[in-house]
Amino acid sequence: MNKDEIIERINGFLVEEFEVEPEVIEPEANLKETLDLDSLDYVDLVVEVESNFGFKVNPEDFGGITTFQDFYDYVIQKAEEV
Amino acid sequence: MKRVVITGIGIYSCIGKNLDEVKDSLYKGKSGIGIDPQRKEMGFRSGLTGILEKPDLKASLTRRQRIGLADQGEYAYVSTVEAMKQAGMDEDFLASGDVGIIFGNDSSAKPCIEAVDTLRLKNDTALIGSGSIFQSMNSTVTMNLSTIFKLKGINLTVSAACASGSHSIGLAYMMIKSGLQERIICGGAQEVNYQSMGSFDGLGTFSVKESEPHKASKPFDKNRDGLIPSGGAATVIIESLESAQARGAKIYGEILGYGFSSNGDHISHPNVDGPTKSLEMSLKQANLKPSDIEYINAHATSTVAGDLNEGQAILNVFGDKQPLLSSTKSMTGHEMWMAGASEVVYSLLMMHNSFIAPNINLKDPEDELKSLNFAFDTINKDFNIFLSNSFGFGGTNSSLIIKKFD
Repeated sequence: MNKDEIIERINGFLVEEFEVEPEVIEPEANLKETLDLDSLDYVDLVVEVESNFGFKVNPEDFGGITTFQDFYDYVIQKAEEV
Repeated sequence: MKRVVITGIGIYSCIGKNLDEVKDSLYKGKSGIGIDPQRKEMGFRSGLTGILEKPDLKASLTRRQRIGLADQGEYAYVSTVEAMKQAGMDEDFLASGDVGIIFGNDSSAKPCIEAVDTLRLKNDTALIGSGSIFQSMNSTVTMNLSTIFKLKGINLTVSAACASGSHSIGLAYMMIKSGLQERIICGGAQEVNYQSMGSFDGLGTFSVKESEPHKASKPFDKNRDGLIPSGGAATVIIESLESAQARGAKIYGEILGYGFSSNGDHISHPNVDGPTKSLEMSLKQANLKPSDIEYINAHATSTVAGDLNEGQAILNVFGDKQPLLSSTKSMTGHEMWMAGASEVVYSLLMMHNSFIAPNINLKDPEDELKSLNFAFDTINKDFNIFLSNSFGFGGTNSSLIIKKFD
């Protein structure tokens, strides 16, 4: 899976799972605020990432993620390690 | 002591998804029983069940509000919204007022089993997701509805087997009567998925008359062969008379008596003494004579032991002046945790529309019960006072007496 395919898949499950319109997803937008994530929502975000990309997520990893681009970069890096 | 009245009712059941549909089904004697093919694939002895659609709540609730709702919580949301409309209570009123919730629920098997399935498959608890814990607990209905409606009063689930819904109303009645709470959303909810019914099917208690599902539930009939599991949700909003009158609410009925008892006997086999005590206690509390009761909505589930013991208790208590009697489980199947609340809703619909719903499929009553005053067919009749019985595993019994408000 190349980077564009990873981003496309991430955007797909964000729209589906968190019920947001695709147009609100911008690389520099704030992930937490745009998706209106609370602490429980991060649990479901982990489920989606692990189910789609097959690597184990350490919840503390989300500490360094602010924007959608941060999130893409994190998943791309971890997916490459797998 | 305060007088306690019912100002809102709502229903989501296999005989209708709202009060109007259910009223028509009750009047026409329409069954909601069908076959679940998946149960046969899973090795169930019986595929018979109440048939319910899953409500679509996407337009009504946010993702976070929906994610913690198990099947029975979804049913309960729908029945509660209907009851709120009947009661003239909107969400702002619920959030700002002295409103509590007491609901009957005694299982949430499907989310528990699905979570363990995931764990066994993936060896990773993180993959169970955030909603499962809130769906899995017995208090799933009250924890979700109290959050959705921002309730500030009592917040409690009653788990008392097949008497859960009835005890929820009884306990709420006591709280309002004593002045501890002004308004309480009561009810009962029951999941209908195969995951929740396998262990019960294994007891051999369910009817296997699969060739004619609508005719399979036959409470009190010699030819019955067992109960049919069913479910959904029913909501009964109760409040003090002062509160209802101050709001100008329509009053559906006044709760006069709540009787309860425990058999102190076998875990699944009922007896006569326990229900007799519950019936007598409800009459005493209501300060009524047995002859004042005009209709009894029986617990009768269509099992030999249950029907016979309840029938004998009713004969003992009501003697020569038997009230009209029917088991609406002949149409709905056994709605278990929900039944005590739904059968109050069914009886209120009858009382306000001047008819007694039939005990369908009853052709040949047990010899010992021929003195009971069965409603074999729909009876057009005004009546003012009814009694609703609910009994459950462990020998828990509950009887409620409700009177038309005048």
